[in-house]
Amino acid sequence: MAMLQQQQQRRDRIRLALLLTPGLLWLILFFALPLVIIFVYSFMSNDALGRVVYEPTLNNYITIFTQSLYINAYWRSIWTSVLTTVICLLIGYPLAVFIARSPQQWRMPLLMLILIPFWTNFLVRIYAWQIILANNGIINGFLELIGVGRLSLLNNEGATLIGLIYGELPFMVLPLYAAIDRFDFTLMEAAADLGANKVQAFLRIMLPMTMPGIVAGSVLVFIPTLGQFVVSELLGGAKVDYLGNLIQRLFLRANPINWPLGSAMAVLMMIVLLVFIMLYFRATTEEER
Amino acid sequence: MIKTAPATTASARMRAAFSEGRLTWSGVALTVFSILVYLFLYAPIILLVIFSFTRDEFGVRWTGFTLDWYIRLFNNPRMMGAAWNTLVVATISTIVSTIIGTLLAMAMERYRFRGRGAVEGLIYLPIVVPEIVMAVALLAFSAIVFDLIKLVTGETLRRSLATVTIGHIAFSISFVVVVVRTSLKNFDRRLEEAAADLGADSWNIFWRITFPLILPGIVGGALLAFTLSLDDFIISLFLSGPGTSLLPVEVYNRVRRAVTPEINAISTLMLLLSMALVAISQLLQRRR
Repeated sequence: MAMLQQQQQRRDRIRLALLLTPGLLWLILFFALPLVIIFVYSFMSNDALGRVVYEPTLNNYITIFTQSLYINAYWRSIWTSVLTTVICLLIGYPLAVFIARSPQQWRMPLLMLILIPFWTNFLVRIYAWQIILANNGIINGFLELIGVGRLSLLNNEGATLIGLIYGELPFMVLPLYAAIDRFDFTLMEAAADLGANKVQAFLRIMLPMTMPGIVAGSVLVFIPTLGQFVVSELLGGAKVDYLGNLIQRLFLRANPINWPLGSAMAVLMMIVLLVFIMLYFRATTEEER
Repeated sequence: MIKTAPATTASARMRAAFSEGRLTWSGVALTVFSILVYLFLYAPIILLVIFSFTRDEFGVRWTGFTLDWYIRLFNNPRMMGAAWNTLVVATISTIVSTIIGTLLAMAMERYRFRGRGAVEGLIYLPIVVPEIVMAVALLAFSAIVFDLIKLVTGETLRRSLATVTIGHIAFSISFVVVVVRTSLKNFDRRLEEAAADLGADSWNIFWRITFPLILPGIVGGALLAFTLSLDDFIISLFLSGPGTSLLPVEVYNRVRRAVTPEINAISTLMLLLSMALVAISQLLQRRR
């Protein structure tokens, strides 16, 4: 009996190893190891031809913190990401409530309508705004018609913000809907019966109870926005540099390219992200208590 | 016998609804707001489709119907080549990441082992790491590997469709694991025990019981992986080499130069493909 059990255990271990090995190998080799490499690169030097020189230095980080070009890109990206997240939340929350409060047979179709843009190519969706905001585009055509005259709508930070909100809104609505759908709206009536007004009932009951959805949605919007470079290039006209634009240039197009500096920027971006998510989690769970 | 007269006109019906409390101003405001948001979501997409048929050479206003841009598109070898590359990469990436991801999901859902927490972290990390970080990391990694290969064998390798595919698989695995794990969680394990009691060996149990029951989850994961690969732009930009362009990269390169209706046309086709995939995944879920 003991021998049989041992045999079974051994077979289980072999089976587990077979299940785990391909995935772990792939993720370690093509995900974890590359991250380690850029971490190491961020402490290396660069030569005039854009080759990585294996001499340890802190210069990349010093450059980022002392040159306004780099440090400003961090502030700009952080500020834009916060703004995008907040606006997506302000638009997404009422929308999620609307879907959750609709008649049962309407909810799935309404949710699908949010999902379809999410499944379509991000680049295509951003490009669509280029058409709308173009100098001879549809909005300017309308403005001319009513006598306002053409405005320069494209290639500014406002256009970038519109594109970001448009692109990330579905990521906010889906987790919000999941949380609000689970919320029992009779609790709001109970609060009203106990003398709470609508604002109090919302702040004290609904908001805390749907907080997991708010947190998930905010994180899902914040992460890609912090590293974006396509929107600011296609809609912002690449006039000002966001984090993603600088990293992309340092890795692909600068003359000379500077991978160590680009790596340092990427590593710092990850740190900013971690700090933000941790602060956010702490702030939102405290509110719950 | 006297009942309230049936409201005949729309405005009378509205007034009745308001006085009975079925309609509230905040409810109306919420509905109007939501309709506006849906318009905001769809107007750009609909305009894009409309303007793929316009005669306007910039493709930004309506000046008459034409199919020229589609004809030009199909006669553009660069675009067609990029479209083909995209489909090849997406297909290979989907097959590999679905197999690997399903195996990982089985391991995570069915076994308790040391280091499980760490493995869990490794699986979910690619979802939260910004794609540009993953892209530059893979770029640096591929450069080092190519240097090593040159040192050892003297052969010069370049970034190609293979490097892009490897990257796509790396970020798709996590999403496949998430989807397949959900269907494994909903799975009634007593079915497997029953099969075992009836004398089936574990190979038979997997293929005859487990696999068919979690198949919708696997297909769902595969469809997600396929869409992620089709849609991916950032990793494709960093990891594709010269002459091996993918569709989103090709679109990006052209859009940066100038807006042409040909881009509207290819975008419309990409939209159609995405929607077809959503429709398929919905149908599959309904069958479940």
